Parts: sequence; structure tokens; C-alpha cells
Amino acid sequence: MSFAELKNHQIELRAFQLRLGVAGFLVLAAFSALLARFVWLQVLEHDAYRAKAEENRIAVVPLTPSRGLILDRNGEVLARNYLAYTLEIFPAQVRDLERTIAELAEYVDIQPRDRARFRKLLQETRNAESLPIRTRLSDEEVARIAANAWRFTGVDIRARLFRQYPHGEVASHAIGYIGRITTQDLERLEEIEVQANYRGTDYIGRTGIEASYQQELHGVTGLERVEIDAAGRGIRSLSRTAALAGNNIRLTLDIRLQEVAERAFGERRGALVAIEPATGGVLALVSKPGYDPNLFVDGIDPQSWEALNTSPERPLNNRAIAGLYPPGSTFKPFMALGALELGKRTPRTTIHDPGYFVFGDRRFRDSKPGGHGTVDLYKSIVLSSDTYYYMLANDMGIDAIAGFMKRFGFGTRTGIDLEGEAAGVLPSPEWKQARYSRPEQQKWYAGETISIGIGQGYNAYTPAQLALATATLANNGDMFRPHLVSYVDNARTGERRFVEPQLVHQLHLRPEHVAFVKNAMAGVAREGTSARSFAGAQYSSGGKTGTAQVVAMKQNEKYEEEKVAEHLRDHSLYIAFAPLESPKIALAVLVENGGFGARAAAPIARTVLDYFLLGKLPKAPKQAAPEVAVETGAASD
Amino acid sequence: MEIAGYPLRRLRARVTEGIDAPLFALALALAAIGLAALYSASYGNASRVAAQLANLALALAAMWAVAQIPPQTLARLAPPAYAAGIVLLVAVALFGEVVNGARRWLNLDVVRFQPSEMMKIAAPMMLAWYFHRREGSIRLRDFALAGLLLAVPVALVARQPDLGTALLVAAAGFYVIFFAGISWKLLAGLAVLGLACLFPLWSMLHDYQRRRIRTLLDPSTDPLGAGYHIIQSTIAVGSGGIAGKGWLNGSQTHLEFIPERHTDFIFAVYSEEFGLIGNVVLLALYALLIARGLTIAASAPTLFSRLLAGAVTMIFFTYAFVNMGMVAGILPVVGVPLPFISYGGTALMTLFVGIGILMAIHRHRKLVQT
Repeated sequence: MSFAELKNHQIELRAFQLRLGVAGFLVLAAFSALLARFVWLQVLEHDAYRAKAEENRIAVVPLTPSRGLILDRNGEVLARNYLAYTLEIFPAQVRDLERTIAELAEYVDIQPRDRARFRKLLQETRNAESLPIRTRLSDEEVARIAANAWRFTGVDIRARLFRQYPHGEVASHAIGYIGRITTQDLERLEEIEVQANYRGTDYIGRTGIEASYQQELHGVTGLERVEIDAAGRGIRSLSRTAALAGNNIRLTLDIRLQEVAERAFGERRGALVAIEPATGGVLALVSKPGYDPNLFVDGIDPQSWEALNTSPERPLNNRAIAGLYPPGSTFKPFMALGALELGKRTPRTTIHDPGYFVFGDRRFRDSKPGGHGTVDLYKSIVLSSDTYYYMLANDMGIDAIAGFMKRFGFGTRTGIDLEGEAAGVLPSPEWKQARYSRPEQQKWYAGETISIGIGQGYNAYTPAQLALATATLANNGDMFRPHLVSYVDNARTGERRFVEPQLVHQLHLRPEHVAFVKNAMAGVAREGTSARSFAGAQYSSGGKTGTAQVVAMKQNEKYEEEKVAEHLRDHSLYIAFAPLESPKIALAVLVENGGFGARAAAPIARTVLDYFLLGKLPKAPKQAAPEVAVETGAASD
Repeated sequence: MEIAGYPLRRLRARVTEGIDAPLFALALALAAIGLAALYSASYGNASRVAAQLANLALALAAMWAVAQIPPQTLARLAPPAYAAGIVLLVAVALFGEVVNGARRWLNLDVVRFQPSEMMKIAAPMMLAWYFHRREGSIRLRDFALAGLLLAVPVALVARQPDLGTALLVAAAGFYVIFFAGISWKLLAGLAVLGLACLFPLWSMLHDYQRRRIRTLLDPSTDPLGAGYHIIQSTIAVGSGGIAGKGWLNGSQTHLEFIPERHTDFIFAVYSEEFGLIGNVVLLALYALLIARGLTIAASAPTLFSRLLAGAVTMIFFTYAFVNMGMVAGILPVVGVPLPFISYGGTALMTLFVGIGILMAIHRHRKLVQT
């Protein structure tokens, strides 16, 4: 290092040290300011602040509003609240949770199920004030704990409102259930900035109407200013702003109709959606099997949760709005209408049905061996000729089919007021292009159009979509958004906010075409594939049977039901509307693995229509599910 | 005595090698105060104290490890550490987890990690490394470039949004620029420019940030919302008086009037229970720690180690001043922990790594001075 550099270095070092000095001075100045502030607060203003701290004995306690009720269209209560005592633990104040629980178990019955649920709640809840270890205490248990309260810290008995679903499993998928608020829920509530209103609220709607109308049902949290003593216990109430109870929700659903429908299913899996065509009001929404929503009310225990989640019957899955099924032959009336509207067929056009349709080197078989002979449009619906619709699909082409079916809502969410609705698949070349990644899979083959015509192939819709399409047809092409809620009822003010029928769109169909298809569907119930199920009906109805293949049959294989495993058997479907003139109800029924549509689904539709139109209850449960071998000949499916 | 054939005296020498006794004692004293306040804030529940002890053990191990690294190696590590920090911040912006409306955390399955935290050390290291390379010919454009190097991470953190950490990273970088000898005239000019920028900056702030500033100016306007924090913590400090209410006896704390009493507002707990005397002790401990750090900076051999030691020390000061000022109601509420005292593993780790850096610089003060 030269002398000049060294000197330079010394200058730089001195400059640096000067700046260190400045920094040190800054630190001293800042700390002096802090010190001055401390002296101000803690010496000069100490008396004032001490007084404030003394006065600071007012705690603001949230008052939880009671949750709104859910009622059916006739005022029958579907979800209500009742008061019960719970034994609660304040985890922050308890040193040894396990020991405290063991000690509590000496006074009240605490099952392993309760412990498991408590642990689950402890994990899921952030900064929980208190968590229930036992709910619904008996009076005797309350007395025993109260007498020994001095033994415990961080334990308290509280009176709380509990949710109850008096109808149990019935309509569980429509009503839904509530569950305890989890950390994720809190974050979501913070995002929509309503967390302040949820102070003190433990429960939130998880599914069904309980979830989709959560904000209406919740109400407005009140608050009470309470004077507390040095130990933090409340002494007296200073002021009170009462909580405003949540609004009651009145449904369009008829719980008795729903009960009839669910009973008609028996032990079978499936779904039913019944809609009032002129308004879109949902009269019944069945998904079987159901589950008991009361299980969820005070936190479901892990065993029951596991059982519901792992059951192969998938009871938590709402098949009515999230289950996707090929519509089978219930697609044919819409195909027929499309053919008329697009001028591809007239009522007089006939074809010859030899029992199969040949396209390229493939042979598409009719479900009736030997075929139906000469078939016109009317007969094609009444007897459900497959060959007729193979040809029709080929003549219309996939773009025309997809374009027409889209207008009926196929492959589009219906917009029903429930969460978790599936969109389904309306097959088209564009859909296939987007769905698959490999070029050879993306191409649409003309042969794939053929089975689309009979509601097979890539077709996959929810029962709700099928019901909406049927209701739209019944309503002469005016589509109303399906909805479960009739009105929101403010019990305090008596104000009722009605859900106005919402016209989604008008299809502008030619009246004579609609009349023709409706008449053909009446023929189905009168003399066609569902004539046996509708024998002796005191009202006129239109319908269509359907059978949806679960497994594809090989070219020369014959479907023999008894040889196929239960869960691979065909699904049974039926769509219907009644009465024929000015329909009051339109529905879609699906019975999973129920076999022919005429056998499993049509009788359920008959039972539901009988009750809805005539108030007639089914005589014996057996009538609802006749296990009679299907008559061959007239019924092709 | 021997352990595994190793003489105990040599083992002790090996372990204490590079550990600066005054720094170590001061940091430990502060951490001990923190554990006591934390115990009170948890209402005598030991589990949080145990968790903080585990954090402390981990942080001390990190401090020891960093203290062994020669400053030349630290200088070599600066660019990759800075680059890694930038990459991680970008990753947070793209894939980070949203907690409380801000995207700050990176979930690495095993640990959740806040990359903005490591920038508090990595940014000043990078700037010190840059000035060190340009030593002897530092010009105006070097300061401009350093400002740019600093602006990138600050902007990324501010966007998360995490104004508190962004300000701390900016402060850390600013201290390096200041110690590197930016001219006083330029500094004054920047200050004027900064004041002029306040107005447009106001419009860029998030709603909650504006609310915090408004609340500072007049907490009584919002007594149940954001102002509640300041009102209650000021009452806690003021009611503590000269001698305090005694350990575990703070009524503000124990009646749950103090929000975030384990973390950002733990000083209110301490101040209520130990009073003005406790506050003076705390200020003295911080002042001694800072004095020790500045002394180490003054005798550091290279430009890199001088700048880094100075900046790290001033970060301690900034933390302590901003936090206590916030609790005492003279600075706005920004999420800055009280160094060595607030509950939380990440902050503790950063702070002790800073202590480790100071120790490493102090230990190697003579090695290169030839």
C-alpha cells in the first residue's frame, strides 16, 4: 500500500467513523424520545391511565343470533333450533386437557366418540374460545357438574342453540347441514369481510340450502357490554344490542311429496327431481341414499364421517345435481322435436327398422331383436325404436344435435340455488377437441354421432338437467331457472322477499311440433313402454322410458342382466309431465343399476304423480318396486 | 476431564471460539426478558414458552454457526443469497399461500417459510458486497445502482403486501448506502424528494395501511376497530407507572385488552408489569447492544464487514424503536416485532443470524489487517 493510498484509506475510515457517530447520535435521540414518551405516560399521565385501566372493565360480548328456520311449501319445519346444555372446555385456560377430560368423565358420560370429536375440533378451530366436550347434557348431569364446578378451571356449562332436522334423512341433500366453523371458513369470511358478524358464531352451512342461503339464515350478531371483575368474570350488563335472528327460508319443496318419492325408491340408489314447469319451483329433490344431517350438528365424530365418506354407495354425493348419467332413450323426444324443428323429419316419414343400423362396417343394434318393422315418428317414441334414432342422428349430424340440445339446457348448469352443481357433457366436436390432448383422440368420428341419437355415447347429464329439459318441453319451450326457495321470510318484520320465477330463455318452438311430441309422450304412458306402470291412471301424462348403459356391449354380445354384476347393470330412467294439458309437474327419475326404465323408474314416477295430482298414497311399499320380469315385445327399454 | 477423548478445556475453547461475550450476554438477557413476558402473556401456560425456547435453541445454533464463517466467505455468499432471495420472492408472488389477505408464505411441505424475512439480511449483504468491489472509486452512479438493487426486493415485499417488512428491508439497505458515504447534500435532496412523494404514495397504499396511519393521528376515531390496539396498549403502558404492576399482574394483559400480546404488542405486557424502571432497563440493554455493534463496525477491517456490521446493528435499532414507538403510540402500527422478545421463530432466527454476523466480523478483525 503506497503512502497516498494509505492516506486515502485513513480519510475514508475517518469518514466512516464519523457516520457511525451520526448513527449513534440518532440512536440516542430516538431512545431519548421514547424515554420522554415513557415518562409522559408512566409518570406524568400515570394517574389518568391508571384510572382508565380501572375503568377498563367492560368486555364486549357477542350475542349470537338464532339461525333462521327452513320450512317446506306448506310450512312444515325442516330445520329448527332447540336449546340444550353443553359442557365446554376453554383450551387456553387448561394445562392438561387429557387429565381434565378424564376428571370430567367421573361426573358425566364421555364416550370415546366425544373425545375423538373434541380432538378433531381442536385441530380444526383456530384460537377457539371454548369447545364442547359433551353436548345435550341431561338435567342430572348439569346438576352434577354444577355441584363440582369448583374442582375445575377452564370448564363451563353453557346453554346453546342446536340445529335439528326433524325429518332426518328425508330431503337431506336439499336441506343440507351445518358444521362448526373451521380455519378455512374464517379466512373465507374475512375475504368477504363479514367476520365481525360471525364473532360468537360456531356454525356455518356446509351443503344444501343451509350453505347457499347461509347469509340469510345467519342473522345479525348483537353485543352486550358487560362489566367484569378483576378475574374477568361478568358482574352486570351495562348495555345490550339484541341480536337479530336469521331469516326463515320457505321452500317450494313439498316434504310430503318428497317422502313419498324417497319411500318409492326403497333401498335403491338414484335421484329424482320434480319441477313446477310454469315457475321453475322444485317440488322434490331426491338423492338416494341420503344421510342423517343431525349427525353433523355438533361436530361429526371421525368414525361416522369415515363411514359416510368411504361407503361405496356414496351417500354424501348429491346425485340429483352432481351425478352424471347418460339419458338413454329419454333423449329421444328431444331428438324428435329437433328433427321436426330442423325439418329433418315430418310426422309422416317412415323408415324400416330391421333391428339394426349399419354404419361403415359397424352394426348398431336395436334393443328389440328383429326390430319394430315400419316406424314413423310417433311410433319411434311410443315403442322407443333405436334404429329410427340411429338414422336420425346420422342425418342430423353432431353439430345440429349439439346446437339444438344446448337450447334445452343439456350440458349447462341449471343454476339451481344449491352449491356443487355439475355441468355435464353435451358431446360435440368442440367439446372433444378441448377434452382430449392427443390429436387422434380429439377428432370427432361420424360413427360416434350414431349412439348420441339414443342418449348414449359421451352424453352425460344431471337428473336436474333432464328434469329441467322435460319441464321446458312441458312449458312449450319457456325455460324457468329451477329454484328450491320460494321466499325469504323476515319473522320480525313480517316482510317476505319472493324468489321471482326467472325466465332463462324462450325456445320459440313451433306449437304443432311441441304438441306432436307431447302427444307421442302421452302415447308412451297410454300404449307404449310405460303403459303397464300407468295402467288405470286417473289423469293424463306424458312420459318416456330410458335405459342407460353402464358398460358397453361388444358387437355380438347380448346383455343378460343376471350375468352382470349389480353395479354394472343398466341405469333405469323415466321422464314425465302431467297433466297433459297445462302440466303442473315435470320430473326426471333415475334408478342406478335399476335395469329397464319401464321397470324401476316408471313406477316411481307413477307413485309421485299419483300423490301429487290425486293425493293418493301408495298402498304397500311393494307396489312401488314391482319385481316382475319385464314383458318383451312392446317395451324395448 | 475428558469427553470422548477430548479434553474438556479444549472442547470449551472450541465451542466458545468466536463467541463475543458482551454481545452474547446482552442478547441472552433480552431473550430471557422475552420469555418472562411471554409467560405472562400466555396466562401462565407454559406451552408457548416451551415453543419459544425451542426457537431460541435453534436460533443460538444458527448464531454459533454463522459466527464461525469468515467475513470473506460471507462476502462471497452475498450475491447468491441475494439472487436466491429474489427468486423466492417471485415464487411467493406466483405460488405463495395467502394468510390474512397477504401472500407472504412459501409452503415447502415441511416448513412454511417467509422469504421476505431473509431479505432483511441478504439485501444489506448484497449492497455491502457491491460497495466493497467498487472500493476506492465509488461514484454517484454506484449509489444509483445500489438503490436499484435495493428497490427490487423492497417492491416485491411491499406488493405482498407487507409494508412493515418492506420498510425494514429498505431501512437495512439505506444504512449500507449511508455508511458507504453517500453525500450529505444528496441525502438532504432525497429526503426532500421523499417528502414530496408522500402525497402520490398515499394513493398507492392499501386501505388497511391508510386506516392505520389515520388511526395513529387520532386513535379515538375508531375505538372498536384499528384504534383499539393503540388505545389499549397506551393504557397498558401508562397504567404501569414507575414500578409496574408486577409480573403476572397486568390487568390490561390478563383481561385480554391487549391484542397480539404474544407478538407485536408484547412490549405493552412487559411495560405494564415492569413500569418505567423496566423500560429503562430494556432501553439500556438495547443501547448497549447497539453500542457494541457500532464498536465492532468501527474496528472492522474491510469495507464489506464495516458496512454490514453497521447496517445489521442499525437494523436492531430500527426494530426496537419502531416497535416500542408503535406500542407507546408515537409511530403507526406496522408489523414489526420487538427484537429478541416477541414470540416467533423466524424473526428470532434472523436476529441471531445478525448477532452471528457481528461476532464473525469481530473475531476476524485482525486477520486481514496487514
